Amino acid sequence: MGSYESELNLKATELRLGLPGSDEPEKRSCSVRSNKRSSRESSVEESRCKSNVNSDDSTTTSDHDQESVQPAKVQVVGWPPIRSYRKNSLQQKKVEGDGSGIYVKVSMAGAPYLRKIDLKVYKSYPELLMALQTLFKCTFGEYSEREGYNGSEYAPTYEDKDGDWMLVGDVPWNMFVSSCKRLRIIKGSEAKGLGCL
Amino acid sequence: MECKRKNEKSKSNSTFPDEVLELVLGMLKSRKDKSTVSLVCKEWYNAERWSRRSVFIGNCYSVSPEILTRRFPNIRSVTLKGKPRFADFNLVPANWGADIHSWLVVFAVKYPWLEELRLKRMTVTDESLEFLALKFPNFKALSLLSCDGFSTDGLAKIAANCKNLTELDIQENGIEDKSGNWLSCFPESFTSLEVLNFANLHYEVNFDALEKLVSRCKSLKTLKVNKSVTLKQLQRLLVHAPQLGELGTGSFSQELTPQQCSELGSAFKNCRNLHTLSGLWVATAQYLPVLYSACTNLTFLNFSYAPLDSDDLAKLLVHCPKLQRLWVVDSVEDKGLEAVGSHCPLLEELRVFPADPFDEGIVHGVTESGFIAVSQGCPRLHYVLYFCRQMTNAAVATVVQNCPDFTHFRLCIMHPGQPDYLTQDPMDEAFGAVVKTCTKLQRLAVSGYLTDLTFEYIGKYAKNLETLSVAFAGKSDWGMRCVLDGCPKLRKLEVRDCPFGNVALLSGSRKYESMRSLWMSDCKVTMNGVRLLAKEMPRLNVEVIKEERYETHQARKVYVYRSVAGPRRDAPPFVLTL
Repeated sequence: MGSYESELNLKATELRLGLPGSDEPEKRSCSVRSNKRSSRESSVEESRCKSNVNSDDSTTTSDHDQESVQPAKVQVVGWPPIRSYRKNSLQQKKVEGDGSGIYVKVSMAGAPYLRKIDLKVYKSYPELLMALQTLFKCTFGEYSEREGYNGSEYAPTYEDKDGDWMLVGDVPWNMFVSSCKRLRIIKGSEAKGLGCL
Repeated sequence: MECKRKNEKSKSNSTFPDEVLELVLGMLKSRKDKSTVSLVCKEWYNAERWSRRSVFIGNCYSVSPEILTRRFPNIRSVTLKGKPRFADFNLVPANWGADIHSWLVVFAVKYPWLEELRLKRMTVTDESLEFLALKFPNFKALSLLSCDGFSTDGLAKIAANCKNLTELDIQENGIEDKSGNWLSCFPESFTSLEVLNFANLHYEVNFDALEKLVSRCKSLKTLKVNKSVTLKQLQRLLVHAPQLGELGTGSFSQELTPQQCSELGSAFKNCRNLHTLSGLWVATAQYLPVLYSACTNLTFLNFSYAPLDSDDLAKLLVHCPKLQRLWVVDSVEDKGLEAVGSHCPLLEELRVFPADPFDEGIVHGVTESGFIAVSQGCPRLHYVLYFCRQMTNAAVATVVQNCPDFTHFRLCIMHPGQPDYLTQDPMDEAFGAVVKTCTKLQRLAVSGYLTDLTFEYIGKYAKNLETLSVAFAGKSDWGMRCVLDGCPKLRKLEVRDCPFGNVALLSGSRKYESMRSLWMSDCKVTMNGVRLLAKEMPRLNVEVIKEERYETHQARKVYVYRSVAGPRRDAPPFVLTL
């Protein structure tokens, strides 16, 4: 294959199965999803790639826990070549996709039990916030990028895919729906920490 | 509308009056013909420039608005393309340029009677849209494809102020979608709309306003709504506009009673002029049959946002015998493509988009056998865009044997550098077969594991090639040199992540003046090489996009293009003009 191979590091960009070091480019079969790479390959990759995943995932050397952990998907910028509009539309489809709804738990400090809502039902933040306010008989007040829900009695927060607690309203709606794992309504006084970043 | 008349008295040697010559030359339709006649002699150059009503500028930086308006005083329609194509895939940073505003400012003075503006990959702000709406009283047609920088506020200004608007076509833009209120800004007295496409906008529009608009615009030929429009609403729109030629539906997934379903079917049946259908979005298969009666005369089916499966597609295609162009998602799989081959003998264009390009779920998609199946049933196929995860040299050779008339062949094997999955050979012979067999080939996009041999083939055989896209391919400078030396009609070359360096870049120095542009990113070109090119060819704009904050010898993103306007005056700090 020649010396250019190592310079270009084609292997780093080639998505394939198997432990690092094995040379067989396997036929892509349907169901296997894991794309864990060794840290050597992924550090080459990271300088060129926009990674959609936690940095811890892509630097792990062990391939043993492939099954139990979310596979690290190292993606090359702008590849495959499809327009952003279409890509975003596909992400939305995953959200809407199978028709089964996206039910997330909603908790509120002091409430005796949790509730569950279907995020698919709402098309925008105002709709969701209205529903939450009705469900829990609370008020959130005006959202602003700078102040969050500053000044209001309660504020809506959510846990995202990374396990972080975020203020509802910062990211585009579709991105929120696809990354929200659960909701939590916190007191305005707790929210002050979140609101002013 | 009075056309500007020349002040100078032209001394003509010919007995042919200038006005007649203008009239005659004005009848030429083809851009190439118009360019050619302008080169015949001075009289013809002048007559042609006065007669020209529409102009197409493939690279907005190749000419300035001042130069344009000086040469062509009577333009009514302008088409402009801005950013390099790889901007669509996030390879060009934000705020790179291609802002329409400076053009509009000049047009407001020189082309106050401007009627049409068609933009692709340009930056358009709300401010510009408002300027457009207010300064051009006869403005008729606005088409924005893959543009960015504006919001629905700007669209509201267009709707509210362009009294003569016939066309509003908003496609796949990076738009800030604030609300659907813009549609309600069309005044009640407004009736001239012929084309309305807001399929790619997100927010719900006021349906009442939409319904009234559709019913009073009797000349409406094209209506493409967004997915917030329901089936029930669609039925009402169709009743108002049975004359439609192009329809983009809303979401095809509402619960309908049998009565409503039957009404919808009738509404479709009444649309006897329908030749183009798109939309569907999230489609519930049980309602697809309502479309069948409208499919008889369909020539273009764009289901590229509708994840249908093979059965649904097959059942639909039975009703589309006249289909010429088909865009689908690869959820239809090979079986769906077999149905295409069986039912659509007149097919000329096929585009298959990936449902899951990042392999996040269980992926099937299409393979080489679907490709072969289409080629067997559709001998007229000449345009293909095919995203797949596996391909073989033999399959591609079979495809082009069945369809030797390809003019556009864009194959995207989604894993960078993947070989023939059966033989593990490079995919050289596949593209070799394409260029050897398809002598009319104008546009080629290659993928898979490719050595320099592919490019040797391209240089040797692809004598009509105008556009070439290359990614993760080749072995050495030799590959790119073959293409630059061998393809006389090459106009656009875009390359990413290939081992082509300064030698390759410089080998094409003279050639770039006969091309529209060259893009090279993440190759092996260095700043020295780029500087040398700039020095050798002062009439080219040689630009480097420098995103790194540290000093580097590498020229990671290089954009070279010919221009009569000189270096850019609006370049942002990260664009270095050498």
